[in-house]
Amino acid sequence: MAKKFTKVAYTNLDDFVYGSCPNPVTTKSGMVIGGGVVYPEINFTLPGMDINDVTMPKAATIYSNIIEGVLKRAAELYAPGVLIEFETLPDFTEHPKYGIEVNRILLNGMKEASEKYGLKTAIRTTPNDLREFSRPPIMRSGKYWETMLELYEQCAKDGSDFFSIESTGGKEIHDSALVKADIRLAIFALGILGCNDMEFLWKHLVDLSNANSCFAAGDSSCGFANTAMVLAEKGFIPHVFAAVIRVTAVPRALVAFEQGAVGPSKDCAYEGPYLKAITGSPISMEGKTAACAHLSPVGNIAAAVADTWSNESVQQVKLLSEMAPIVSMEQLIYDCRLMNAATVNGQQLMFRDLLVRSDSALDVQAYVLRPDVVMRISTELVKTQDNFLRTKLAAQLTVAELKKAIIEGKVKSDKRDMKWLDKMEKAIETIPDDPQEFYNEMKSVLDMDKFIPSEYGI
Amino acid sequence: MATLKDVSQCVLDGDLDEIKVLVQALIDDGTDPIAIINDGLIAGMNIVAPLFKSGEMFVPEVMESADTMNEGMKLVKPLITDEDIPSKGKIIIGTVNGDLHDIGKNLLVMMMESRGYTVIDLGVDVKEEAFSAAVKEHQPNIVGMSSLLTTTMMKIESTIKQLVADGVRNQVKIIIGGAPVTQEFADDIGADGYSDDASTAVELCDLMMSEQNSPEELSA
Ligand code: B12
Repeated sequence: MAKKFTKVAYTNLDDFVYGSCPNPVTTKSGMVIGGGVVYPEINFTLPGMDINDVTMPKAATIYSNIIEGVLKRAAELYAPGVLIEFETLPDFTEHPKYGIEVNRILLNGMKEASEKYGLKTAIRTTPNDLREFSRPPIMRSGKYWETMLELYEQCAKDGSDFFSIESTGGKEIHDSALVKADIRLAIFALGILGCNDMEFLWKHLVDLSNANSCFAAGDSSCGFANTAMVLAEKGFIPHVFAAVIRVTAVPRALVAFEQGAVGPSKDCAYEGPYLKAITGSPISMEGKTAACAHLSPVGNIAAAVADTWSNESVQQVKLLSEMAPIVSMEQLIYDCRLMNAATVNGQQLMFRDLLVRSDSALDVQAYVLRPDVVMRISTELVKTQDNFLRTKLAAQLTVAELKKAIIEGKVKSDKRDMKWLDKMEKAIETIPDDPQEFYNEMKSVLDMDKFIPSEYGI
Repeated sequence: MATLKDVSQCVLDGDLDEIKVLVQALIDDGTDPIAIINDGLIAGMNIVAPLFKSGEMFVPEVMESADTMNEGMKLVKPLITDEDIPSKGKIIIGTVNGDLHDIGKNLLVMMMESRGYTVIDLGVDVKEEAFSAAVKEHQPNIVGMSSLLTTTMMKIESTIKQLVADGVRNQVKIIIGGAPVTQEFADDIGADGYSDDASTAVELCDLMMSEQNSPEELSA
């Protein structure tokens, strides 16, 4: 039975802070995520290379060097614990034996660090959503689906703490919604295709994790809202459009929690604060210290209510000081130290508000992550239980919130922003409340070569 | 009376309804269809391109302009033979083997088409042999490859090797791009050009076409 979230998890906005949450999660090594301390979450990837039977030993060596290096530095800097994310490259999921091998290398490195330094660690395993390799994507069966599950299952058996994924259901339609800045199409892709797929996918992932004493941690709207953020950052689409997409993606990400995910949600899910407000589960976030992976206008505010703090990804390349993952490890640890020191000093709220204040007036995408805005919108979203209506409502509320903020001068805006907000507002108003009716209306504009309705249960 | 300038302006404004009225009016007046294309429709996109490059226009607006241009084209095309349709050159483009990122590539396709190139989009996860087969079939001037992953950028190199093995490498210019790709990498693996955005990619193609068409190249 799916969980229902009918009210937000907080009664006092001042309790909505980084490092703690109503429903913390304890890892196998005893790290309590959301239990008071913000932990660093380190992620890394290969430098430019092919992956095949011949190069796999080299890849394995790279990963063992990385894990040894980052955990040594973490111990030297007295990190209270480290969450490691193994976000696979497509080859590691396509050939589960490669992915399993690397996951074991990382688990082994963690064990060694525990023995050598007494360092607490945990690992999040994030396979790829291979299903989109079929075009149009086959979402509910077939070799890609089975291969993905095979990797999950073995990694859980081997000792992974958490499962995540950046799932892509509905993205085949959402991509064109983004480049056309078409909010109706985006709501269709997120609220119908995306939510339906999440229900199917996360039910399986939750069952699989329960059967293998692992936690289902959560998904990310990376393919949707981060793509929007990157496009906005390049000046390709309006920042207000990306900001609206961020919140419109919340109901989709929430489905994982309805199905039984417990957090920490995935680092690149910048919609995390909404998930935390609604579910009370811990979240992972990334910001300034993930600039090695991609730029963003939310470097500080992203940390405001984070429970783990991530660098998203960095290649194993040499910088002047050390290899890049070690550099990231050090940066994350210092970020976390500062946040945790503020907590110990009783200045957590002040620190949260500084993180918020330093970004929130400078970009609409930062503005929608303000804790008060998050709480206001979340409080409305939990009033409806229908995923499609929730998605439509999220878009509507965000447009209204941003219009008000721009008029009141609370956030910097481009002179074209109001025009786009008006355009979105009008477009959302035309969307009927009945999803079937909406689907019928959309049929004339949908590219039916791109997706298979039955793969989404419609 | 409608003028070619009105057509250009209409493309810039992205007015899908008005363009039909304007283009039909010009056709009825007996305006040369090729002039409608070159001095009206494409001229409009030529105003759009620098505005996009300087950040004054968003992609959705550029797409509306491109759609408007295509809407106008639909009316003019039946009046001329395929050979008369002006094309700056033929480009084959795709995202390499194992890679599914295509937003950047799709933008490129749109920009190239709207600047007068004929583009054949092979899609994503395009195997080495598929690039080679497409070169043989379509005889393009330029081949473009996109890669966004550090583990698929090497597929650009293997695709070039495939083109060499199949004896078609020298008949095309190869341009590449995507997040992990750099000019240095392009030089290392023997690509002919690199660009990190769609506008300069089109300028790169223009440059390559002018080199291909220069007398020196022709006699070589
Ligand atoms: C959006 C995105 C996605 C979306 C893709 C949606 C889509 N339909 O394309 C989704 C979520 C599906 C996705 C999936 C994955 N992604 Co991704 N993704 C990105 C992201 C954030 C932005 C890419 C983008 O669209 N940019 C906007 C466009 C407009 O820019 P662009 O692509 O660079 O293109 C421009 C130029 O580069 C140039 N150009 C591009 N191609 C060409 C070609 C030619 C010929 C020329 C001349 C120019 C040119 O012109 C374009 C227009 O201006 C990047 C981050 C980044 N730094 O790039 C990560 C990124 C590329 N992804 C990454 C990863 C790891 C993945 C996954 C493996 C994640 C996972 N665990 O599942 C999968 C892989 C799927 C696969 N098999 O390919 C990593 C790569 C790390 C690495 N080792 O290389 C990155 C760098 C993110 C990160 N920092 O970790 N991703």
